[in-house]
Amino acid sequence: MPPTNTSMSATLETTKEITILFAGDSGDGIQLTGTQFTDTNALFGNDLSTFPNFPAEIRAPQGTLAGVSGFQLHFGSIEIFTPGDECDALVVMNVAALKANLKSLKKGGIIIANTDGFDAKNLRLAKVESGISPLEDGSLSNYKVYPIEVTKLTRECLKDSGLGTKDIDRTKNMFVLGFVLWMFDRTLDPTIKFVSEKFKKKPEIVDANVKVLKAGYHYGDTTETATTRFSVDKAEMPKGTYRNMMGNQATALGLIAASKRSGLELFYGSYPITPASDVLHELAKHKNFGVKTFQAEDEIAAVASAIGASFGGALGVTASSGPGIALKGEAIGLALMLELPLVIVNVQRGGPSTGLPTKTEQADLLQAVYGRNGEAPVAVVAAATPADCFNMAFEACRLAVQHMTPVFFLSDGYLANGAEPWKFPTEDELPSFKGNFATPSDLKDGEYLPYERDENLVRKWAIPGTLGLEHRVGGIEKQDGTGNISYDPDNHQHMVNTRAQKVANIAKNVPLQDIELGSKTGKVLVLGWGSTYGAIKAAVKDLTEEGHSVSHAHVRYLFPFPQNFEEVLRSFDTVLIPEMNMGQLRMMIRSEFLIPAVGLNKVKGIPFTKGEIKNKVLELLDQLIK
Amino acid sequence: MAEVLNGAMTAKELETDQEVRWCPGCGDYSILKQVQKVIPELGIKREDIVFISGIGCSSRFPYYMNTYGMHSIHGRAPAVVSGLKSTNPDLSVWMITGDGDSLSIGGNHLIHLLRRNFDINVLLFNNQIYGLTKGQYSPTSEEGKTTKSTPMGSLDHPFNPAALCLGADSTFYARTMDRDPVHMRDILLKASHHKGTSMIEIYQNCNVFNDGAFFGMTDKETKKQQTLFVEHGKPLIFGQNNEFGIKLDGFKPVIVNMDSASADDLWIHDEKDRAKANILARFYGNPATEGELPRPFGVFYSEDRPCYEDLLVNQVEVAKEKFGEGDLNALLRGKNTWTIG
Ligand SMILES: Cc1ncc(C[n+]2csc(CCOP(=O)(O)OP(=O)(O)O)c2C)c(N)n1
Ligand code: SF4
Repeated sequence: MPPTNTSMSATLETTKEITILFAGDSGDGIQLTGTQFTDTNALFGNDLSTFPNFPAEIRAPQGTLAGVSGFQLHFGSIEIFTPGDECDALVVMNVAALKANLKSLKKGGIIIANTDGFDAKNLRLAKVESGISPLEDGSLSNYKVYPIEVTKLTRECLKDSGLGTKDIDRTKNMFVLGFVLWMFDRTLDPTIKFVSEKFKKKPEIVDANVKVLKAGYHYGDTTETATTRFSVDKAEMPKGTYRNMMGNQATALGLIAASKRSGLELFYGSYPITPASDVLHELAKHKNFGVKTFQAEDEIAAVASAIGASFGGALGVTASSGPGIALKGEAIGLALMLELPLVIVNVQRGGPSTGLPTKTEQADLLQAVYGRNGEAPVAVVAAATPADCFNMAFEACRLAVQHMTPVFFLSDGYLANGAEPWKFPTEDELPSFKGNFATPSDLKDGEYLPYERDENLVRKWAIPGTLGLEHRVGGIEKQDGTGNISYDPDNHQHMVNTRAQKVANIAKNVPLQDIELGSKTGKVLVLGWGSTYGAIKAAVKDLTEEGHSVSHAHVRYLFPFPQNFEEVLRSFDTVLIPEMNMGQLRMMIRSEFLIPAVGLNKVKGIPFTKGEIKNKVLELLDQLIK
Repeated sequence: MAEVLNGAMTAKELETDQEVRWCPGCGDYSILKQVQKVIPELGIKREDIVFISGIGCSSRFPYYMNTYGMHSIHGRAPAVVSGLKSTNPDLSVWMITGDGDSLSIGGNHLIHLLRRNFDINVLLFNNQIYGLTKGQYSPTSEEGKTTKSTPMGSLDHPFNPAALCLGADSTFYARTMDRDPVHMRDILLKASHHKGTSMIEIYQNCNVFNDGAFFGMTDKETKKQQTLFVEHGKPLIFGQNNEFGIKLDGFKPVIVNMDSASADDLWIHDEKDRAKANILARFYGNPATEGELPRPFGVFYSEDRPCYEDLLVNQVEVAKEKFGEGDLNALLRGKNTWTIG
């Protein structure tokens, strides 16, 4: 294990933050390389944010622009809010990866290039018309280019290993990772540990990976390829113990925590869909928590099974992405009529229809709030960051159980796969909550009224198997109190009003809206929801430091809004709402409060950059002055 | 009105205060009556019984049973019962569905319920028509059926529910009819004793939109000619005076006259024989036609196979044994942490 800071040739330069982008074919192990480098920095103590970006096909055409898989990481000794607008370093496994990502590299930035991915065939596949490698045509003179014959060196390193060429070539990402770990002054230990565990049953593969990893590190150390290395100190984060956390994993943990803190069994009915599947994968690992996962035959069965589970007294949860949520609509209406708890997780992706499966968007907000037949209000909450998925998934469960109603939890592809350091809570720091179960003492003159309500209009949960509480529920309109079928016009009006008020009452049970950054009144409020959090916060931080009157509020409870929400919005001259959709929250705000909020909208499958938001705010400030 | 009562109950006590709103003369009444009669004999506590339905005339059934119940959405009852059974394996769950409900919109869910083999009793009311939506043809309607939606006759080839269920690896399939309460009763009892998904197809007369669809099989004069009541261990015999038997010629069923054959030559029904059950399921076509095979009733097939909910509970137990009871703090902490401060 090479100790750090022993480089013979390169000087070590300390810097506060680095953004690095790994790119290559989807078969190049880019996501793994990125994740390993991330974990190493996280364990070292950096703050960080990641953005994996992969093609839709499992094995997209090799060497082509469409096949480029990317993993961006922004880490620092300062607070990090986004995966970074521009990169300091670009690691490219082939010419297509360079071509696709060069525009995001800073002038003077570093390019680490696998020259073996720049041969004539690769140039042709990447449609480089001149046929001349950009590594040779002078076009990269504004950057620091480190060309490395990765494939050749890897093969050389393992020539005596007895492994076939295919297996050998598969380890070439380790060479790159080793080099990058050297360049950014990080230890190899976490990667060695990871590889040893991952290939526990194949020691020869462990050896090969470790050997190549070390070769990459030593290559940096001995070859004078690079004259400068970079060191990023630990971040000053609040005291505590941290782990690295990804959004889908956080969602799964939030659901398990809610199950534990409520004493309710967790039933998760789901049908695989990108980017939600990992929630199912994670939950399926934790059956020892009593978690029951059910891979249904489709999304309708998934939600219906969760409803059946809730009817039986469990915490019924279902998850999908946009297309699957569209299928679940009718059943969500049923859960609303049954007045049973149900949590619907939507890990949003680019739409409409099948849309952009692997790209991110937040365009399902209106679907969540309004997307059902009839007057069918359903509560909606959304997470702001990968780790925040834990909190908001937990909150969705709490609200669903306490109010006996379906609750949407919105995440998105960017949160799902993104990572950040998480100061995880302990069990006793999490609130506990209970299902309000009906008991035989709820009988009135021997009769049980399933739709009898408390002061919040919430009914009790009567579980099959409880003597005396036999009752019938259904999706057809019912008489309040008895739950009998009713076509009475006045009753229907009453029930529609009642359900709406019941959901509105949830506002009394959610935290007040706070201001994330900046003062409580001022010129511009940048209002965000969901995964735009980081970019908005980074932009507003810059702007306030530059002396502008700008604040950031981030709304996590989207339906109903927090009780003081309007008051917060009205404390600013202008409200700007950046969204990765064409203005859905803006439409809700305008219609509910008649506030002329301004939009900044983008649907490109990629998150906002800090710069985009800053520019828009400056433009607004400019107009306010004029 | 729900009385607090435990254990013994009567058919009367299973009635609710809800007015039964099926059309007068509808076959659904007879099914409701038999179910209310049979349930008290099963020795199951009323609070442990749940009726779950989809949407259709038949799916109003739960409102008329003084047990737990849910009238869900069109076609999705199989998924609802799957979730319920997964979390509450001890309940006695009865699923009520129609031919449109579970073979059309819910076809996908039905086959998956059957292959998973949750311990559920499914009552499929087959009236070969859409009743609730007022008389369109259904997936079991015969080819050429003229209805409001098919004035020139339907082009669809009908589903054969028996073949469909056996094809989906159902562990129990039986057929009965609304107009034979004694037989229905027997089948309901057998189904309720089967552990696994018990599929009972009940021929049900919709006297408003498809009156008489099964009359050939229910009317005194024709019944014995057109039906075949199968019983485990008994030879396949039918006819006005039991004058016909069925023999297997290889895989081909042939009708023999009992004058020239003895019962020993006949096909002896074996509920455990899947291959033969599949042949029985293909006794179709129009039994009124000369030379056609009669329509079988009774338990076609019954097999013991582990139930999904038991396997699921077992997996949770194994996980607890293997990894220990879930420790939330350990889970939240994960494997790789670092400390600041
Ligand atoms: C999503 C949806 N589509 C269509 C309907 C309309 N619908 C209600 S019942 C039914 C068919 C009923 O036929 P069947 O299941 O055979 O039951 P029956 O009424 O004959 O008992 C249809 C099409 C509905 N309720 N929901
Ligand atoms: S329409 Fe047919 S199935 Fe429906 S209640 Fe009337 S008779 Fe029965």
